[in-house]
Amino acid sequence: MSKPDWKNFEPVLIPDIPDLDQIKNYEKNGGYSALKSVFTDNDKWPDSKSVINEVKEANIRGRGGAGFNAGLKWSFMPPADGGPRYLACNGDESEPGTFKDRKIFEYNPHIFIEGALIAAYAMEITTIYVYIRGEYKSYIDMMEEAIQDAYDAGYIGKDILGSGRDIEFYVHSGAGAYICGEETSMLESLEGKRGYPRVKPPFPAQKGLWGRPTTINNIETLAHVPAVINRGAEWFKGVGAKNHPGPVLYGISGHVNRPGVYELPSGVPVLDLIHDVAQGIKGGKELKAVIPGGSSTPVLRADQLDGITMDSDSLRTVGTMMGTAGMVVMDEDTDMVDVLWRIAHFYHHESCGQCTPCREGTGWLEKILLKIKNGEGEVKDLDLLLDLTTQMEGRTICALADAAAWPVRHTINRFRDEFEARCKKSVHALA
Amino acid sequence: MAYEFTKEDLKEIEKLKTKYPEVTPVTLPALWIAQNRFGHVNPEVQKLVAKTLDLPEAHVHGVATFYTQYYKEEKGKHVLDVCTCLSCQLCGGYDILNYLEDKLGIKKGETTDDGMFTLNEVECLGACGYAPMLQVTNDKYVNHLTEEKVDNLIESL
Ligand SMILES: NC(=O)C1=CN([C@@H]2O[C@H](COP(=O)(O)OP(=O)(O)OC[C@H]3O[C@@H](n4cnc5c(N)ncnc54)[C@H](O)[C@@H]3O)[C@@H](O)[C@H]2O)C=CC1
Ligand SMILES: Cc1cc2nc3c(=O)[nH]c(=O)nc-3n(C[C@H](O)[C@H](O)[C@H](O)COP(=O)(O)O)c2cc1C
Ligand code: SF4
Ligand code: FES
Repeated sequence: MSKPDWKNFEPVLIPDIPDLDQIKNYEKNGGYSALKSVFTDNDKWPDSKSVINEVKEANIRGRGGAGFNAGLKWSFMPPADGGPRYLACNGDESEPGTFKDRKIFEYNPHIFIEGALIAAYAMEITTIYVYIRGEYKSYIDMMEEAIQDAYDAGYIGKDILGSGRDIEFYVHSGAGAYICGEETSMLESLEGKRGYPRVKPPFPAQKGLWGRPTTINNIETLAHVPAVINRGAEWFKGVGAKNHPGPVLYGISGHVNRPGVYELPSGVPVLDLIHDVAQGIKGGKELKAVIPGGSSTPVLRADQLDGITMDSDSLRTVGTMMGTAGMVVMDEDTDMVDVLWRIAHFYHHESCGQCTPCREGTGWLEKILLKIKNGEGEVKDLDLLLDLTTQMEGRTICALADAAAWPVRHTINRFRDEFEARCKKSVHALA
Repeated sequence: MAYEFTKEDLKEIEKLKTKYPEVTPVTLPALWIAQNRFGHVNPEVQKLVAKTLDLPEAHVHGVATFYTQYYKEEKGKHVLDVCTCLSCQLCGGYDILNYLEDKLGIKKGETTDDGMFTLNEVECLGACGYAPMLQVTNDKYVNHLTEEKVDNLIESL
């Protein structure tokens, strides 16, 4: 596959324009023109369905990590019946290695607001909530302001642009809980409860907030919508990788010279991201490993990276996933046992405790890994860990248990020597 | 001490109620208002929130204890939440935590005798590209920490 020309790519979500967070500047640079088109141009957009179809055709894969086609998800909403319908925007952003949505809050909040309003129009939604993790206090304040400015400009509220549509838009702050990023847990938290995930089905489109039809989308996913409306689905599909198209906010952290969030097409080679975009490994060291899309996505060894690009198809060939495109880069001196233990500690800490395989399993993973980390493990413990991961996977209400299991399985399999070297020589291993 | 909301607090809570079709969702923002007012949401404050919203105490207690950012007891004047999660771990988050433990003479989870500082180890704060980092009392992020930066921070608080 040809490499996207990422060096000449012009950012759409976080372009290099000063003070874009000010509504006037956003409008001056073409902002809210997609919204105006959708709400008022009846020839181009004869009905809500035409908007959904365009977005579906663009194939915006959900940027919250699961990669589900946004327009397809919108099409699952049942027909409007006159009652309330909700859009819940997911700005919980808590997967270790992920720090991209905050860039939108900070630099270009209106592109997200515009995208959310178009989504609401398309699905005949009456109320939008944006759920932002409580730690992002400064971004919560900024979002409140941006939403107020959009109310004042007539883009939110009653009879928007004379379209006869009323849409309300509110911020809801979290208060510290990773699990609230899981969509149904987020709904519980929005309803003012403990964030215990719900069993799916029913999917939120059928039964979401207060039992009403609800769609959940990630902040970045929604921020892509205005460009799809302005430039068309064909344009979006032509950016980056075929099966996972569009611009992507890559968050690069760990042992690189220039960590940060970079907007580039999907499908950029992993090695280009590390060596060119993030300007290589700190201290001139060698690359050892990379986690491509947040802590739950399986780690890759440096020798697996040749020709691998950041899109679902390419990453699948080496047994990993795009996730949130939050890449964590590790140099040659990284202790993989320590890293895996820390990841396991995170998931144990964040398990909500509803399901036994998750509550107990994450505890066991952490405990055994701590033992190995302290040089007190045995080789048979590695097999016990692998066995535990199979017992956890796919047996729980939400995907947190899977997210905890995958890194354990793949890190052990891909760095087995390092784990064995840390284990005591057991009788079993000597025989 | 008897905890009471101010008039402004109550006005804000009334306004919050208009954002949702029922009162239960106000639990989280009302706990935030309470914490900003009193510095924590101990059981007495939880009671006040329950009374104000006319919700069962058990509900408010359940919510307050589920979310880590609500302080269920009094904390130091400044709460330092040091991230040691994945990217911060790789970039020296534990060194920063240890340095602060030595500097303040306390262990993580503890508060200094003069009540000035509480030190915590926390999970990813969504600032991985600025590792190692910490957050001060649920508000300001301090990025790219070094020992010198930590010294300056403590001095400035
Ligand atoms: N951004 C972040 O900070 C984090 C992201 N994640 C990501 O989350 C992912 C898992 O998320 P889930 O929501 O559990 O994935 P999922 O695959 O169950 O769902 C993805 C989306 O598609 C919808 N959907 C899927 N099948 C559907 C159907 N048949 N009918 C209607 N709607 C349907 C779901 O409602 C959801 O909105 C992981 O892959 C991980 O990468 C995990 C942790 C944190
Ligand atoms: C444990 C867990 C945590 C999650 N955290 C987040 C999150 O912080 N932000 C997010 O957008 N999606 C998160 N997700 C994925 C959401 O459940 C959901 O798929 C997503 O918000 C849908 O939006 P999208 O289709 O636009 O990506 C999480 C999933 C799981 C299982
Ligand atoms: S899998 Fe874990 S986090 Fe998800 S609902 Fe079950 S116990 Fe809670
Ligand atoms: S790992 Fe520390 S902020 Fe993400």
